Amino acid sequence: MKPTDIKNPEYFHKVVDCQYACPAHTPVPEYIRLIAAEKYTEAYMINWDSNVFPGILGRTCDRPCEPACRRGRVEEEPVAICRLKRVAADNKGEVKSLMPQIPEEKNGKKIALIGGGPASLTVARDLAPLGYEIHLYDEWNKGGGMMRTQIPAFRLPEEVLDEEVNYILDMGIHTHFNTYVNSMKSILDKGYDAVFVGTGAPKGRDLSRLPGRKEGDANIHIGIEWLAGVAFEHIENVGKKVIVLGGGNTAMDCCRTSLRIGADDVHVVVRSEYEKMKASPWEKEDAEAEGVIIMNNMPPKEFVVKDGKLVGVLFGHVNPVYDENGKRTLVPTGEPDTFIEATDVIIAIGQDNHCPWIERDLGIEFGKWDLPILNEVTFQSTLPKVFFGGDSALGPENVITAVAQAHQAAVSIDLFCQGKDVNERLDPMVNLVSQKMGIHEWMYDSAVADDERYKVPHADQKFSLKDRRMEVELGFDEKLGFKEAQRCLNCDIQTVFTTDRCIECDACMDICPTSCITFTSNGEEEDLRSRLLAPATNLTQDLYVSDILPTKRVMIKDEDVCLHCGLCAERCPTAAWDMQKFLYNVTKAHTGCISTVK
Amino acid sequence: MSFIKPTFGHPALPKNKVGYRKKDYEGVISTLCAGCGHDSISAAIVQTCYDLSIEPHRLAKLSGIGCSSKTPTYFLSNSHGFNSVHGRMPSVTTGANLANKDLIYMGVSGDGDSASIGMGQFVHVIRRNLNMVYIVMNNGCYGLTKGQDSATADFGSISKTGVPTSFQAIDLVGLALELKASFVARSFSGDKQQLVPLIKLAMTHPGFALIDVISPCVTFNNGAKSTKSYSFVRDHIEATSALDFVPKEEEITVNYQEGQSLEVELHDGSIVRLNKLAKDWNPRDRQSALNRLQKAKNEGEILTGLLYMDTETKDLHRLLNTVDTPLNQLREADLTPSIEALERINQSFR
Ligand SMILES: Cc1cc2nc3c(=O)[nH]c(=O)nc-3n(C[C@H](O)[C@H](O)[C@H](O)COP(=O)(O)OP(=O)(O)OC[C@H]3O[C@@H](n4cnc5c(N)ncnc54)[C@H](O)[C@@H]3O)c2cc1C
Ligand SMILES: Cc1ncc(C[n+]2csc(CCOP(=O)(O)OP(=O)(O)O)c2C)c(N)n1
Ligand code: SF4
Ligand code: SF4
Ligand code: SF4
Ligand SMILES: [Mg+2]
Repeated sequence: MKPTDIKNPEYFHKVVDCQYACPAHTPVPEYIRLIAAEKYTEAYMINWDSNVFPGILGRTCDRPCEPACRRGRVEEEPVAICRLKRVAADNKGEVKSLMPQIPEEKNGKKIALIGGGPASLTVARDLAPLGYEIHLYDEWNKGGGMMRTQIPAFRLPEEVLDEEVNYILDMGIHTHFNTYVNSMKSILDKGYDAVFVGTGAPKGRDLSRLPGRKEGDANIHIGIEWLAGVAFEHIENVGKKVIVLGGGNTAMDCCRTSLRIGADDVHVVVRSEYEKMKASPWEKEDAEAEGVIIMNNMPPKEFVVKDGKLVGVLFGHVNPVYDENGKRTLVPTGEPDTFIEATDVIIAIGQDNHCPWIERDLGIEFGKWDLPILNEVTFQSTLPKVFFGGDSALGPENVITAVAQAHQAAVSIDLFCQGKDVNERLDPMVNLVSQKMGIHEWMYDSAVADDERYKVPHADQKFSLKDRRMEVELGFDEKLGFKEAQRCLNCDIQTVFTTDRCIECDACMDICPTSCITFTSNGEEEDLRSRLLAPATNLTQDLYVSDILPTKRVMIKDEDVCLHCGLCAERCPTAAWDMQKFLYNVTKAHTGCISTVK
Repeated sequence: MSFIKPTFGHPALPKNKVGYRKKDYEGVISTLCAGCGHDSISAAIVQTCYDLSIEPHRLAKLSGIGCSSKTPTYFLSNSHGFNSVHGRMPSVTTGANLANKDLIYMGVSGDGDSASIGMGQFVHVIRRNLNMVYIVMNNGCYGLTKGQDSATADFGSISKTGVPTSFQAIDLVGLALELKASFVARSFSGDKQQLVPLIKLAMTHPGFALIDVISPCVTFNNGAKSTKSYSFVRDHIEATSALDFVPKEEEITVNYQEGQSLEVELHDGSIVRLNKLAKDWNPRDRQSALNRLQKAKNEGEILTGLLYMDTETKDLHRLLNTVDTPLNQLREADLTPSIEALERINQSFR
């Protein structure tokens, strides 16, 4: 193998598994260390810079970082990264003064943002400090998009949402609430320098062809419409027996909301197997803990209506069968159908993109599934001044993805408005600093804690099930937060190897608790992976390869289960190993004017 | 500063035949200087015991005084141990071995511990052919007391003091061969590929087994003009052969050309395969070992690997004709003759 090029920022970036997996590349270990040091404000600002909504995401994020967390490969469970974010948000001090100042004098450019969800709000936050005049349109009376209309208050209290949305709206954003934009042409005609579309994926799928759908309509609801109705108090109750159709997070929110507004018998019925359900494992757990019954492998066959009123749903039974390509067919088992009684049925089987308000003759082209045709790096549409981000761009995902895409769209809009090429984007900001303080002393807490993942305490169900606004999760207190923070392996503290310092004493190889380091003759990657001290079978993790050493061997480090404990560097007599903190910051439009705290 | 090793190990590493992970053979974190050769030897011992599926309670590690003699704290935490007085490890081991011959005895010493203060004990334990592994971690200096030249420092070699050694060196390997030790080997801390099979072989040997391991002292004796430095040893190392230890019941997979390799069956059924044999050398011929050693010396080479092995050797217990039961298990009834027996003895003197 060729020696590893550690000058390429992507090499070490990939070692920081959580940050790499985070769509917005939040510097996770950096903020976790700050939490352990009780520097909550600083930890909050690191988050705020990257993901814009730390308090919201600390409660609701889909947490793609956690399955990626290295800790989960060394023991049972990853670090509770998401809930630590909330610790920073809950305990922070004054932060407004740390946020970028908005210039009195504007730069003369006007931007329209259509939709008031996380995507548009992120673009607003990134561009307002640069002097853009920003106009935000949303059909509802407040900002937040689906974070407000969909995510129930028992998962995300309104105060938390308001606080973080307002940090942005207070940046002098011109809001046009209660305004449904029904023509893109009318917006373009207003002479904006650029338009950002962040309208989400607003259409909930229906089961219009299922018998009984029309007849039972009064008691059959579309999940996202129903949740918005509850959020805005147009819907205040539901019948005693509820069936939710679908297995995603929307279904989980619908069933748990039902329990809080009148239902006492709630079934979630899913076509697929339990393991294949789209809902996050913790969402399923929480729903079941509240008494929701989840039934699997049962596709609905008919809404049963008697005397003009819905009485329940008839389900078939299937077995999922996979062919060699992994494609699934649902094969009926032959068991008799099952009838489940219901007063109300909520359909939560997914959302579609839907932009009827964008005229199709403006030069904005649409492709498959009515999604706009975009450059997936710049998020520019086929009409150069129109950009997309969030669910409306590449299909429904989650808040953090919307934020990440919006950062990129904001960079593009800024370049576009300055008359520059949107493809000429700045590299990320990176920094690599030795952590050495003394012979065996580091600037970070290198000891590896044994603790298993701590559970977030929940509110007593006796109360939380009676009040749809009462937050279920109480969050870690400072003490638990500290302990959980100590579980982080500091994967951003990189092991950096300098070939010409190594005297090949083997000390690093001998001490490494997880047998990451091997000195051996060079070879092809596949061959090398098989003859290391411990076989390197996780192909998603790189091998760090040195130059040729005096004995003609090379140093190979398998990054897979390195604990970043620093022992290799402590036992190295020549400092051929050093522990160096790697900071990787995605370049955003406003980078340079934010007052980051150190 | 780390005082405690993380408890996590590589999740994919298997357990050995007796159900232990390699980690279970480790000790507490070393306090030796970073890069000390002794730590590598400790790691080789850990590897060996794991590979041989030794149950930790079946092994006793004993040592004298010195950085080298501190190492038993850094391996096999679950085994028996005795850190004795300077140069007295052999007599303590003799006592322990006589009391309980069922344990495996791993003696660890330094060049100061063995070639100076402990020289008397060293030669006598060889003479008695005590069943033990005797590892000398040989760095040519007294590391623990700040690097004075030891008796194994080569004439003219320069340590951190900057003064060339003015005395002739004692070669422990030559001495052991001269004293008819039943197993003699030399190795290098930086060559685990050789060291690990050598320790396996020594542990299987049913008598005294010496391995003199050159082990650089990074702090006091690793300069460019020291003959015990990493770079000097690497530049001058020679091996009698490449070594493959095949425990009994394991299939032999590698095949080498005939004439260049030799297979020796050990008393317990294990096999050692020696490949790329040195010319005119036979591990079972002491004279050939002495000749080869002398030749290497004349040519300025450091000869490593197995030098001599007597597979038919008789250890101290067999020489003394002790009972099969370990002496510490003999109860009063076994040891005290009955009245009648005493009567019979007295009668025989009439
Ligand atoms: C029930 C449910 C629960 C969810 N839970 C989570 C969760 O826990 N964590 C998570 O990360 N994600 C969750 N999501 C997904 C997440 O809400 C979305 O991915 C995210 O909000 C998308 O952001 P956005 O800015 O692209 O659009 P949205 O948040 O959808 O915002 C778009 C806004 O634009 C408005 N709008 C649309 N068209 C127009 C128009 N023509 N004129 C004016 N306004 C318009 C909409 O009303 C809306 O307010 C959930 C989604 C649902 C349905
Ligand atoms: C009876 C006695 N005399 C002298 C000493 C001082 N002393 C401690 S260690 C040592 C030399 C150790 O040298 P070596 O065995 O080569 O071990 P190293 O530290 O080099 O590994 C000496 C002389 C002692 N501890 N006890
Ligand atoms: S930091 Fe060094 S010693 Fe610690 S696990 Fe990683 S490679 Fe091994
Ligand atoms: S401890 Fe340092 S000098 Fe020794 S082998 Fe490792 S990197 Fe090289
Ligand atoms: S002084 Fe020398 S022998 Fe002692 S620990 Fe340090 S390097 Fe090893
Ligand atoms: Mg010594």
